[in-house]
Amino acid sequence: MAEKIRLQLTVNGEPRSVEVFPMARLVDVLREELKLTGTKEGCGEGECGACTVRLDGRIVNSCLIPAIQAQGSELLTVEGLAEQEHLHPLQQAFHHHNGAQCGFCTPGMLIAAEDLLRRCPNPDEGQIREGLSGNLCRCTGYVKIVDAVKAAAEGGRA
Amino acid sequence: MRGYVPGCEVKVPVTLAEALDVLAAEPGGWRPMAGGTDLMVLFNAGRMPAGRFLDLSRIEELRGIWEDETTLRFGALTTFSEMRDCPSVHRHLPNLVKSARATGALAIQNRGTLGGNIANASPAADTPPSLLAYGAELELVSLRGRRTVAYDAFHQGYKQMDLAVDELVAGIRVPKPQGLGFHFYRKVGTRQAQAISKLCLAAYARIEGGLIAEFRVGLGSLAPAPVRARRAEAMILGKPLTALQVTAAREALMADICPIDDIRSTVHYRRVVTANVFQQMLEELAHA
Repeated sequence: MAEKIRLQLTVNGEPRSVEVFPMARLVDVLREELKLTGTKEGCGEGECGACTVRLDGRIVNSCLIPAIQAQGSELLTVEGLAEQEHLHPLQQAFHHHNGAQCGFCTPGMLIAAEDLLRRCPNPDEGQIREGLSGNLCRCTGYVKIVDAVKAAAEGGRA
Repeated sequence: MRGYVPGCEVKVPVTLAEALDVLAAEPGGWRPMAGGTDLMVLFNAGRMPAGRFLDLSRIEELRGIWEDETTLRFGALTTFSEMRDCPSVHRHLPNLVKSARATGALAIQNRGTLGGNIANASPAADTPPSLLAYGAELELVSLRGRRTVAYDAFHQGYKQMDLAVDELVAGIRVPKPQGLGFHFYRKVGTRQAQAISKLCLAAYARIEGGLIAEFRVGLGSLAPAPVRARRAEAMILGKPLTALQVTAAREALMADICPIDDIRSTVHYRRVVTANVFQQMLEELAHA
């Protein structure tokens, strides 16, 4: 039996500390220990992107990150996008353009889209599709998601 | 059944010397782990028992891309994203950029490493065909010392490598193509992102005075390990651009590969498409 480690990290700007096994998956640490259930697990093998979070400035599949590799890191999850009562522009655009249907892929989509817009503030459709290519949606057919990201990039809610 | 998390111990060395000490003290006792993008998949699926892992990800000495007149050197922990973001890699090794872009999608590219892609030894990995085409060398290191092996001699069979249990891949050296070069990379999968290859072909040629002065083809998902197409290469090397023996080389290529039927494709599909992709590459080469 391995010993638990004291995992210290910053989640959505707040310092957090939990005791977990070193090979616990980051997605489980977020959901089970930190009760941040916005991040979803779809496939558990890095294919679907539902568990996407930002770790030290880069998006990752949190189902593939052992807790010990997140030691000291800075994380952004979907819970960190809105500012109090104000939805993030991407969340507003997803809402307005019906970019979410069942909603299961949405947290990962939002984090991947936020990452894309930080790297590439005015993406064309090809760049949007590549930026979201690691995130699977089984409802929308992606058109409305792409529309939403485009609208958010253009700075409007329309 | 998932892997048993409480049963897993992890050591996190911060220097290469520390990591090599662990491997030398208990050879085979600690499984090296870098980005974890393949290892965690196996573990999550319960296809890898709980055990002891050596997390290499904090070893700064294994990071970074260096360049001199003749060579690009990649630390083993260089991620796919770092290759994509490096102007020198774009300039000198465009096939490697395409390989990195073809691997998983961004979230995987941010974690997966070049050294891990090599030492994981999947026959379907996307960077090895490019490394084979560019004539890469590997720097292997252990407490016993450091040695260099040609990458095309490294894979010896399915998951069999010229890598001792106390050794790590420390770096990857790729000679910078000189003169007039031709670069070709094609991965065939079910979709552009995330798909694992049905087959993959990378080629590099140097052209001098209208002749093919240097020519290597690397193949993925077509043999038990990444391989070079030596018979096909021999049919093309030294020939004038204007008189490439396409049909003969295509036939020779069929003797270079031994594809299998699996969940991603069939022997028949792999043979036909590999021959077609190879021919397309030669046609582009003829017009280079």
